[in-house]
Amino acid sequence: MIEFLLNDQSIRTSEAPASALLDFVRCHEQLKGTKIGCREGDCGACTVLVGELAPDGQTVSYQSMTSCLTPLGNAHGKHIVTVEGINAAGSQLTPVQKAIVDEGGSQCGFCTVGFVMSLTGHSLSSTPVTEKSTIAAIDGNICRCTGYKSLERAAARLTAELEQRPAENALAWLSEKQFVPGYFAEVPAKLAKLRPTETNASNASAEALAASATAHANGGSVSTSPNGHAQNQNDHGHEGNRPFTHALVGGGTDLLVQRLEELREQPGVRLIFDQPGRRGIRRETTGRVVLGAATTASQLLDSELMRGLMPRLPQYLKLVSSTPIRNMGTVAGNFINGSPIGDLTIMFLALGASITLLDAAGATRELALPDLYLGYKKLAKAADEQVIEISFPAPLAGDFFHFEKVSKRTHLDIASVNSAAWLRVENGIIQAARVSAGGVGPVPLYLARTSEFLQGRELTAETVTAANEVMQSEISPISDVRGTSEYKRLLLRQLLWAHFLEFAPELAVDELI
Amino acid sequence: MNHLDPQRHVRGESQYLDDVPVQQGTLYAAVFESPLAHGVLRSLDFSAALAAPGVARVLTAADIPGENQIGGIVPDEPLLAEGHVHFRGQPVALVLARTEAQAHAALKLIKVEIDPLPIITDPRVAAAQGEFIVPPRTFKLGDSAAAWASCAHVFEGVAENGGQEHLYIETQGAYAFPTEMGGVRMISSTQGPTAVQRHTAHVLGLGMHQVEVDVTRLGGGFGGKEDQATPWGALAALGAFLTKKPVKLVLDRMADMRMTGKRHPYSSDFRIGFDADLKIVAYEVEFYQNAGAAADLSPAVMERTLFHATNAYFVPNVTATAYSCRTNLPPNTAFRGFGGPQGMFVIESALAKAAEELGVPTYELQRRNLLREGDLFSYRQAAEGCHAEQAWDTAASDFDLAGIRAEIAQFNQQNKLKKKGFAVMPICFGISFTKTPMNQTRALVHIYSDGSVGISTGAVEMGQGVNTKIAQVAARTLGISINRIKIETTNTTRVANTSPSAASATADLNGKATEMACRALRERLLRHAEVEYTLNYEGLEIRDEEVLAAGIRTETTWDKLVSSAFWKRIALTENAHYATPDLHFDATVNQGHPFAYHVYGTALTTVTVDCLRGTYTVDALQIAHDFGQSFNEVIDRGQIEGGAVQGIGWMTMEEVAYNEEGRLLSNSLNSYKIPDIYAAPKVLDVHFLDTPGHPKAILRSKAVGEPPLMYGIGTYFALRDAVRAFQGHTALPFSAPMTPEKVLVSLYPEGAMVKKPDVTISVAGGL
Repeated sequence: MIEFLLNDQSIRTSEAPASALLDFVRCHEQLKGTKIGCREGDCGACTVLVGELAPDGQTVSYQSMTSCLTPLGNAHGKHIVTVEGINAAGSQLTPVQKAIVDEGGSQCGFCTVGFVMSLTGHSLSSTPVTEKSTIAAIDGNICRCTGYKSLERAAARLTAELEQRPAENALAWLSEKQFVPGYFAEVPAKLAKLRPTETNASNASAEALAASATAHANGGSVSTSPNGHAQNQNDHGHEGNRPFTHALVGGGTDLLVQRLEELREQPGVRLIFDQPGRRGIRRETTGRVVLGAATTASQLLDSELMRGLMPRLPQYLKLVSSTPIRNMGTVAGNFINGSPIGDLTIMFLALGASITLLDAAGATRELALPDLYLGYKKLAKAADEQVIEISFPAPLAGDFFHFEKVSKRTHLDIASVNSAAWLRVENGIIQAARVSAGGVGPVPLYLARTSEFLQGRELTAETVTAANEVMQSEISPISDVRGTSEYKRLLLRQLLWAHFLEFAPELAVDELI
Repeated sequence: MNHLDPQRHVRGESQYLDDVPVQQGTLYAAVFESPLAHGVLRSLDFSAALAAPGVARVLTAADIPGENQIGGIVPDEPLLAEGHVHFRGQPVALVLARTEAQAHAALKLIKVEIDPLPIITDPRVAAAQGEFIVPPRTFKLGDSAAAWASCAHVFEGVAENGGQEHLYIETQGAYAFPTEMGGVRMISSTQGPTAVQRHTAHVLGLGMHQVEVDVTRLGGGFGGKEDQATPWGALAALGAFLTKKPVKLVLDRMADMRMTGKRHPYSSDFRIGFDADLKIVAYEVEFYQNAGAAADLSPAVMERTLFHATNAYFVPNVTATAYSCRTNLPPNTAFRGFGGPQGMFVIESALAKAAEELGVPTYELQRRNLLREGDLFSYRQAAEGCHAEQAWDTAASDFDLAGIRAEIAQFNQQNKLKKKGFAVMPICFGISFTKTPMNQTRALVHIYSDGSVGISTGAVEMGQGVNTKIAQVAARTLGISINRIKIETTNTTRVANTSPSAASATADLNGKATEMACRALRERLLRHAEVEYTLNYEGLEIRDEEVLAAGIRTETTWDKLVSSAFWKRIALTENAHYATPDLHFDATVNQGHPFAYHVYGTALTTVTVDCLRGTYTVDALQIAHDFGQSFNEVIDRGQIEGGAVQGIGWMTMEEVAYNEEGRLLSNSLNSYKIPDIYAAPKVLDVHFLDTPGHPKAILRSKAVGEPPLMYGIGTYFALRDAVRAFQGHTALPFSAPMTPEKVLVSLYPEGAMVKKPDVTISVAGGL
């Protein structure tokens, strides 16, 4: 039985946990404000807010999510908010709605509710409000009337209003200003009642939680994410025959695109998104950083630890899917999806990550991330094994880490080629290197020979050029909708140049290009 | 003044097709598509599907009671395939089941045998084989063949543009109900309710009066629901007619992308000649239009390409020929601009080619050749009220063209790995359906006895704000508050024989009809006031809901006037018919006066290319646009900004890709990318030109739907300019869209300069 709060109503349902929240809302509850646009998280027309009770039991953190990819089971114990749940009585408009109307930000109107929900989520979040962060909150919403400039003007107007939002007791202020109806004040208590056991559970693991999520900021100027659903989108058929044996669903951002019908019918699907033990980011005394497998991309970004280790993480993660998808997709999900261009996978390959696998008998083993990938979507993992933790050696001060991604559209797109590099250089000599690349082979590639080649060599343009030669022999891109194989080869060379030019701008550019 | 719908949109209360409450007993339809792009249909076995849970019926061509034909211009398109299949995704059968999931599950159980035939996807291949939808057409002015000899410079080349997926966020669909009269009533997401009605009646073997089509609004259309909403309406109606149950058919996203046509890709040859002063002397162009497997609107789209082949320039000697080529792709169709953008892209390519070869900035050539008052278009209409130079000069001075150029030159000198590019895009777009008889419509206006007003027209609201504009026209004409006015759904039984909402002409046509009806009602009411209140008719008016006599308030208000008129048995309903005057066009000689007027404008585009990665940003799009006398600046600005960004999408990231088997590769939102908020230009300025508008435009406010799309073409040429700043010697082909891949390959034509491995690793399922 799945129990949650849908707007101001309590829901108890025995619908399939792996069915889409979107269908529940529209078909079961007849709330038609939430629209169906693409069913793959790429348009944002079905955006809803998902509120989770904070460990203190006093406040609820709201995040935007695309309900087409949200497994119904992940709503358990939460507050799901659709546009019907924020509409004021009569025909009054909330400040978000009013800003969009006044600025002409709604043309055909089909995408509009998605924008309203994303911006309302932003209003409810604790992210500092700037014009940038407000725009970032709608980075997962597509408007085909392409009325973005009107929406930018609406966002600017809203930003100005939200600058008045007090840090303390923001909800009361938001309620007074009619951003949300009054019933939001009672939501924490209702949620606490709804899931007493879960609350205890999260208290038990408060340490892990505290380390992970400071605030589940929806749409901060910084945001994170996985994704990676889809390079095989053009080949649904190839996967359809592989039956689920031990179906585990994390954020659902990939599986609900590819296999919703199947999952819905599947008994015994296990949802691991909410297991508190699977979250959290910590640094161990050994110097390794350990992440719970269900850590979302947004949580990566919210982590001071991660940002401290990788100051440019916000820029990287901005290139990775969109705010709602980053709120849902998990790091381990990105690994296990096995997409050859999984952005997070590529980053963690260069970080030197390992995964810890737990089998049905309770035994664990550790596996270096590159060793997980045997072939296209073929993993060195038994069916009953699940990833429980991810770890990597913390980069030292002075180490270089960088991520590059090029796609047809800069944001909310799947890479043509992506690449990450980690370097340790002393006195002009490369002491150690790890380079990874996606979109250039059947699996996310750890470029072992290129990495090895770099080690011990002088940091010069000549070394980089020679490394490219090695790298080109290590990859096997194919032509597809994301580019020809020739383009991908050229692009990866350019991204290798980009890594080194970022690290050592003094390198002779002319020798490279 | 905001448009009325947005209040409902932001609250999620606007009802789209899929939101209509479902009636009990409704069957859900799913379409079985041809898995091959060309072949002979040998057999179809749906016995297993019929036996599947929930399946009520499976319909094929054999079940069609009327004629299996939905072709609009040319009768060459069956509703359900019969004998042959001509494109992948062509509807072959319709499954009706109790639930949507059951209908879709049953599709997988249908077996079809098709003997494959050769597949053509390239329009030039089709042309070489004589596969034309209609005979080629040529627009001709002067004598280009004779003019080449007098040219100081002649340049030629090839220009190619890709297609464009409409990607209305609301997919295609219809919901049909059997009527007790033996006909069908349906709700359709269509821009052309009459087209759906006409073809459905034809398919069902009924009179048009037996088919009622109702449209509340669309979640986007952009031309994609002009003719191509028809199959889904007709299929749902067929199901309802045969089963006597309501039938709902909504395409899922990937089915919609696979089965529907898009903007036409073109491959074109051009030749352009100049005199020593760089004035264009002659222009010859041959357009090869990729029409897809059936005519759909292709002949009309092709015609508009010819109308706009010279864009905003005067060319004394033009020979423009277009071929509509039949290929095995879904029939391509209307898309905002309707062939105009394709025509303009080629002449802009010709000008860029000439400028590059001559070593002068393209804008020098463009400015020198702009249309002036009285200049003839190739179809012999003269440019009247021509604002081409005014738009250009205003944009150049207000946005400081010279300053932008200087800034870019300096930037490019100082930066090795980043280059800026610049282009100017003037536009000239003719307003009217080029098929003259389509320029007519009706408005039905009821004034209810309480003073409220209901208006029905042929206009379909799809985000362009036409309903708001119509309400404004009525409020202004009647002298009452807009809050009294309701714009009714678009319904074929209330307003018959309508043209689709298309050609940018919807507000003009339906607004004018509304204005006429409201004027007649106003006059009737004031005549009544004259008698009832013994007032002098001369000088009587209604303003702000008050009746004024010679500018002075009388005792009477709108409510009272209406009420007393009702009790005096005055007709409070009016049905007006409007036909745009003075239009004519003779398609046998391709001459006449097809357009009510033209819209002008100029856009400056500045881009930055990352020459390391091949990525780019559109930094600024600065537009001076001829709105005439806008009476709703919020809506009009939204149309300009939205249209321009849609055009930028077409020219940059939107890449429709089919493989040689005619299979769509860019088949979902993750593989077909449209602009997101970060892809919109950082700066997008719109300057409202000071122009008088045109008497044939509604309240002198010129049409705004399609013209702005073509501002996006400037982005292609600005990107090209930036690439040339990095790699000046590159002989770049004219090939849109300019994806990051094309940019990078243009920047580094030598490639990755490495040996490729001898062995290609084959990967199951692709990457």
